[in-house]
Amino acid sequence: MSDYLQELEGVTDAADPTVGDIDIQNYTINFGPQHPAAHGVLRLVLELDGEIIERVDPHVGLLHRGTEKLIEHKTYMQALPYFDRLDYCSPMCMEHTYVLAVEKLLDLEVPIRAQYLRTFFAELTRISNHMLNLGSHIMDVGAMTPNLWLFEIREDCMGFFERASGARMHAAYFRPGGVHQDVPLKLLADIGEWLDTRLPRLFEDAISLVADNRIFKQRNVDIATVSREDAIKWGFSGPMIRGSGLAWDLRKSQPYDAYAKMDFDVPVGTRGDCYDRFMVRVEEVRQSARIMRQCLNEMPDGPIASFDRKVVPPKRGEMKRSMEALIHHFKLYTEGFHVPAGDVYVATESPKGEFGVYLVADGTNKPYRCKIRPTAFSHLQAADFMSKGHMLADTTAILGAMDIVFGECDR
Amino acid sequence: MRAPVPAYSANDGVIDAATAVLGGKLDLATDLVGEVSLHVARDSLVETMIALRDTPGLEYQQLMEIAGVDYPDRGVERFEVVYCLLSLTRNHRIRVHVRSDDTQPVPSVTGIWPVAGWLEREVYDMYGVLFSGNSDLRRILTDYGFRGHPQRKDFPLTGYVEMRYSEEAKRVVYEPVQLAQDFRNFDFMSPWEGAEYILPGDEKAALPEAKGAPTPLKADEIQKADAAQSAKVAPTEAKTTEGPAQTGAGKSEPDAVPKPQNPAVVPTPGEGQNQ
Repeated sequence: MSDYLQELEGVTDAADPTVGDIDIQNYTINFGPQHPAAHGVLRLVLELDGEIIERVDPHVGLLHRGTEKLIEHKTYMQALPYFDRLDYCSPMCMEHTYVLAVEKLLDLEVPIRAQYLRTFFAELTRISNHMLNLGSHIMDVGAMTPNLWLFEIREDCMGFFERASGARMHAAYFRPGGVHQDVPLKLLADIGEWLDTRLPRLFEDAISLVADNRIFKQRNVDIATVSREDAIKWGFSGPMIRGSGLAWDLRKSQPYDAYAKMDFDVPVGTRGDCYDRFMVRVEEVRQSARIMRQCLNEMPDGPIASFDRKVVPPKRGEMKRSMEALIHHFKLYTEGFHVPAGDVYVATESPKGEFGVYLVADGTNKPYRCKIRPTAFSHLQAADFMSKGHMLADTTAILGAMDIVFGECDR
Repeated sequence: MRAPVPAYSANDGVIDAATAVLGGKLDLATDLVGEVSLHVARDSLVETMIALRDTPGLEYQQLMEIAGVDYPDRGVERFEVVYCLLSLTRNHRIRVHVRSDDTQPVPSVTGIWPVAGWLEREVYDMYGVLFSGNSDLRRILTDYGFRGHPQRKDFPLTGYVEMRYSEEAKRVVYEPVQLAQDFRNFDFMSPWEGAEYILPGDEKAALPEAKGAPTPLKADEIQKADAAQSAKVAPTEAKTTEGPAQTGAGKSEPDAVPKPQNPAVVPTPGEGQNQ
């Protein structure tokens, strides 16, 4: 017993000074693949020294569906719905990159109204995506109520998507040459009213609960700080690079569709920690609402898709009356359109960062190669150096601030 | 460019600046579909990347993507590895292409951009292209213990194995893939625009035409198209019909009784109007 008491007090034998020292080994645990804070099927192999993270090895690919291989066996039109299923939290922004890549290869002109509609719905998608991310980030660090309120907004967005395209999530609304169908005037009026009343009320209420909250700041400020140099080296984009203080937004620097005509601000962080990334997304929601109001004010009347009948199929009513339209309809829905040979890399600002498509066409009606650049790949890869030296409980805050969805990461 | 695609700064002078700094290392530089791409040899890839990153006037700070492409028709060096670079200061994008096969490793760029680690792992996983200098070249997207490289053009879309939970073994088992229906790959190439296959009946057009009308065959010379398959055995005895059993008619039901007459039908006297 006295030996044991001495051991507890740290009294050691002079002849053998290490007797009584407790041999500590690093501890390796699995985080996921089934963990509510893993935001999907992420398996993190964590090496812990006590509660301090020494090393993180993310294992991805548990949701790999072979999207790129499947696209090589589909026509350009049939490949479009696969993009909804990549980042299923921001489906229309995924389609946006793909249709722009196809249009670049075809050099296809898009009517102004279609450009405005695409900008408008891409921003609505951004709001919907950030509602999910901000809410789940808040919940991961311990608050319950804001998530429920933000899901109210998300539900409204889903309703708007359904009224525009017929589907709540997998819209397939953006098409090469424009959009699939025009929106009812009542829908635009309702969204305009929603932007002025319901969205700011719910959103500002929810954010006011956490933005200056002491507990929320303790869990996020100075967690996973990323310097500007690291953000560039690790290929960061979107809110992750803006959180680190670089005002880099593809909507601003490389405008596509109607973004060149939009007036909006690019929020940046000052410290590059999880709190900055969170607040960048909060401000982006307000800027998205601003862009949407401008779209509503400026959107002209006119066609919603290109009149190039070799790419855009005629509407069904026209197909029933005109022989030429019938031929085009039949050809486009069986054979599809042929895209001239060439390769392009087109990237847009999806809510999570730079989402790119490297499209190789060989002149047939199917893509020869469609490489998808997921935003999550570079961000998740940086989880190792971002988590090093932090506590195990900070993993959820770090992952939440990265905004990762595995449909897109694993493809 | 009429399409409303992302507009970054103009490509003017980029190829000249790259040629000036790379010199003989540059195999080919193109400016197609509004995008600049440089083709370099594998061995000079790392020097090229450092030059593109550090030279004032080029300044491609970020590596955004590494894409593999498979061109089996090229024979040797069938794989192409495409690096997509982005300049934040000049607001410009460029692509660098190198070629390789499944034995010659491509030098890794992880020393320049650590983000290349996972991107190279993905190209290795999907195509089997090796990267020398990448210390962690494991598979990334496919299953633990997966065999083959699925994005190669000769890898079937359905794969080779399928997985299910076996109730007998109480674990997940892998089995050769079995399809209830073959994968249907439609050929949409127009037969008028350079199709390479022969439609049924087209082979007649290639035969040299004989002069004059062909001599008609006699009746016993005519061979039916399926004569080879259906060589019938000659009957040993002549077929006769001696009794009702040989007619092939079925037997009447043993308990058959005359059908009850339908009272609603009045029999026509005589032979009826149609007789």
